[in-house]
Amino acid sequence: MQVHKYDVVIVGAGGAGMRAAIESGQRAHTAVLTKLYPTRSHTGAAQGGMCAALANVEEDNWEWHTFDTVKGGDYLVDQDAAEVMAKEAIDAVLDLEKMGLPFNRTPEGKIDQRRFGGHTRDHGKAAVRRACYAADRTGHMILQTLYQNCVKHNVEFYNEYYVLDLLTVEEEATREDGSTFMQKRVAGVVSYDLADGEIHIFQAKSVVFASGGLGKIFKTTSNAHTLTGDGMAIAYRAGIPLEDMEFVQFHPTGLAGLGILLSEAARGEGGILRNADGERFMERYAPTIKDLAPRDIVARSMAEEVRQGRGAGPNKDYVLLDLTHLEPEHIDSKLPDITEFARTYLGVEPYTEPVPVFPTCHYAMGGIPTTVDAEVLQDNETIVPGLYAAGEVACVSVHGSNRLGTNSLLDINVFGKRAGISAAEYAAGAEFVELPETPETATVEMLDVVRSGSGGERVAAIRSDLQETMDANMQVFRSEETIREALDVIDKLRARYRNVQIQDKGRRFNLDLLEAVELGFLLDMAEVMTVSALHRQESRGGHYREDFPDRDDDRFMLHSMLYKDPEAEMEGIKGIRFDTKPVVFTRYEPMERKY
Amino acid sequence: MSTTSDVAEPASKVDLDQGEGGGEVPSFDITLKVRRYDPEFSEEARWDEWTITMFGTDRVLDAMHKVKWEIDGSLTFRRSCAHGICGSDAMRINGRNRLACKTLLKDLDTSKPITVEPIKGLPIEKDLIVDMEPFFQSYREIMPFLINSSPAPTAERLQSAEERQRFDDTTKCILCAACTSSCPVFWTDGQYFGPAAIVNAHRFIFDSRDDAGDLRLEVLNDKEGVWRCRTTFNCTDACPRGIEVTKAIAEVKQAILTRAM
Repeated sequence: MQVHKYDVVIVGAGGAGMRAAIESGQRAHTAVLTKLYPTRSHTGAAQGGMCAALANVEEDNWEWHTFDTVKGGDYLVDQDAAEVMAKEAIDAVLDLEKMGLPFNRTPEGKIDQRRFGGHTRDHGKAAVRRACYAADRTGHMILQTLYQNCVKHNVEFYNEYYVLDLLTVEEEATREDGSTFMQKRVAGVVSYDLADGEIHIFQAKSVVFASGGLGKIFKTTSNAHTLTGDGMAIAYRAGIPLEDMEFVQFHPTGLAGLGILLSEAARGEGGILRNADGERFMERYAPTIKDLAPRDIVARSMAEEVRQGRGAGPNKDYVLLDLTHLEPEHIDSKLPDITEFARTYLGVEPYTEPVPVFPTCHYAMGGIPTTVDAEVLQDNETIVPGLYAAGEVACVSVHGSNRLGTNSLLDINVFGKRAGISAAEYAAGAEFVELPETPETATVEMLDVVRSGSGGERVAAIRSDLQETMDANMQVFRSEETIREALDVIDKLRARYRNVQIQDKGRRFNLDLLEAVELGFLLDMAEVMTVSALHRQESRGGHYREDFPDRDDDRFMLHSMLYKDPEAEMEGIKGIRFDTKPVVFTRYEPMERKY
Repeated sequence: MSTTSDVAEPASKVDLDQGEGGGEVPSFDITLKVRRYDPEFSEEARWDEWTITMFGTDRVLDAMHKVKWEIDGSLTFRRSCAHGICGSDAMRINGRNRLACKTLLKDLDTSKPITVEPIKGLPIEKDLIVDMEPFFQSYREIMPFLINSSPAPTAERLQSAEERQRFDDTTKCILCAACTSSCPVFWTDGQYFGPAAIVNAHRFIFDSRDDAGDLRLEVLNDKEGVWRCRTTFNCTDACPRGIEVTKAIAEVKQAILTRAM
């Protein structure tokens, strides 16, 4: 075991982590711990763009962007946070341009902008050109540009270091009203070096979680194999609550059967969805902005078409993305990567044939609750000094119950930057918190249990059963019955997980071992997500309950907060305490959400 | 204003051929033959073979996963996004560098064993995993970041669409190392910068916003620089992103000569 000391430790080297590192690295002694090499993160898979009201091609302003974000999130967005994001979007894009990002350009040489789902002119009047982009590989360019700037600033990376535990201490503290409570403080993290299996403790004044999402809970997903909810699960196990975990975004256009993402930019550039009868069905569901309605609405409409028997293909189980009316040159210049995906993986020629698509699990709106300065909350009000989170792992909440397209690339840049600055500034005035006596114990025990397991259960079999049940019961349509079914299956899978057995017994590059650990994270997060969905007896954004098809602001205009608590028991579910947190309103009253 | 072209409103309903795409996915048996090496247990590398049933839409990565998840959990390889964008899973498949997640089994000759080996020229750590550090070291040496010493404007730096297009091809690089590890010069001389580093230098040398082209050209004019390239085109063939790597190297050579004049 080795012990390292840094002012700031950043967990994750995707967009949020590297954006934080660029800020923190110039202000404080900073290390980035990442389970992948930096440019392997899934930020690179983002395609369409990053919205900012630059008004380079038509009238626009950040207030409209704020409104669209709030409405897109079905009013569960904290409006103060959305305002911060929309305002700072402009500088976030300009920062990237100055760092070297090769955006597409207008004839005047400015950053070009295009349409994207849910982004509108003047509070919903028409689609607006707000998404700054680099062909259909904007995420790739952001990830490369941020890595390039990390190289420029000599950011210190620990590649293929898996963070497996968050070290915190608790001390009694007094609130202003005189009541006492247990204040958490961060001491560092425990990590595992993939190369040789050694444990490394990183003591730090500030820890920033920027470890991404959990798409691998589902079978059909646009997410990477490595997106297993690690950061959320580690925080949750350390007693940090998770907010709004029931809200998962299903991106409308995953390649049918594969889930590989085809950007919304395809529709922003004029592509449309059709059912087996050749109908442009979105005209029925969102008469004003049609195919550019927000993702939750489009995904549900697609699933509804299939349920009504109007799906295409031999099994009538997908719809079609039609680009055939677009000029091939236009497709080549604006959508080169995604049309290649269609050719490579489905053998479909998008110039002349419509592409089979179906919703795919894409993004977790929920996560570790934070303030707008990326400070992590241990309850509704109390921050954990020195602990920060940004990007998909966090819930600020700027996405509410449904994230608008492009707002994740924006989120990682705005709140990644804020997290890096906050963490470095905090570290400048703070002392190290003393490490617990044997900080590695819990991690070593967890790894030993997995290494020595002899119950014969395979990781892949349990994971696959989890993914099947989540696709079947927790996708775009949910009900008490399906949610209970999922919970029941998850419970059985947790029992099987205790009998998991791996085959690789070595110390070097033991990914067999790490996949088993990741499965543990997935199971925890699937349970939290499902319990959260059970409590929300309404339909809002990405969470649609067939037994409660309407939004219910009286009962549920509240964030869900779930805590790991061995004492808790609610509706027969043990070990999870459920609470709520008020939504922050500034200027927008909730309205019915029509497009 | 915008370069986004306005298209006419598409028809509400069109006639479609029924049953296009998708359909019953055929299955077939393949033999996967993988080069194994784990110095923790043996200094000797070996070949392992498995015969498995796969489907028409499956990629080499799916076959590797099937073995790892159902037969031998110790089979070790890197992967993440599984659709050709993260650059983790470059491997030598049937003697050619490719991404395992972009290589469909049905496009290979499945009547013979499909061989999978680690990419060449980098130290092998375990099975398909190689030490990437020498690769990233070369990358860092060419100063892979925008350098512009003039005061930044309040808004964006202007760049015409043509200027932007000039280096478009080399912005596509995902640092997978398929090109560098396919290069015979790199195999025999690990000090050679290799195609990927030159591609990333090209991306900045030809960016109208960058001031440090001369510095990078100087770095690449080194004895381990562009002049080691023997134009075998292996790199261009290997690139999973379709970058014209050899052409980019030639343009960098040309730029060095032009500057020397």
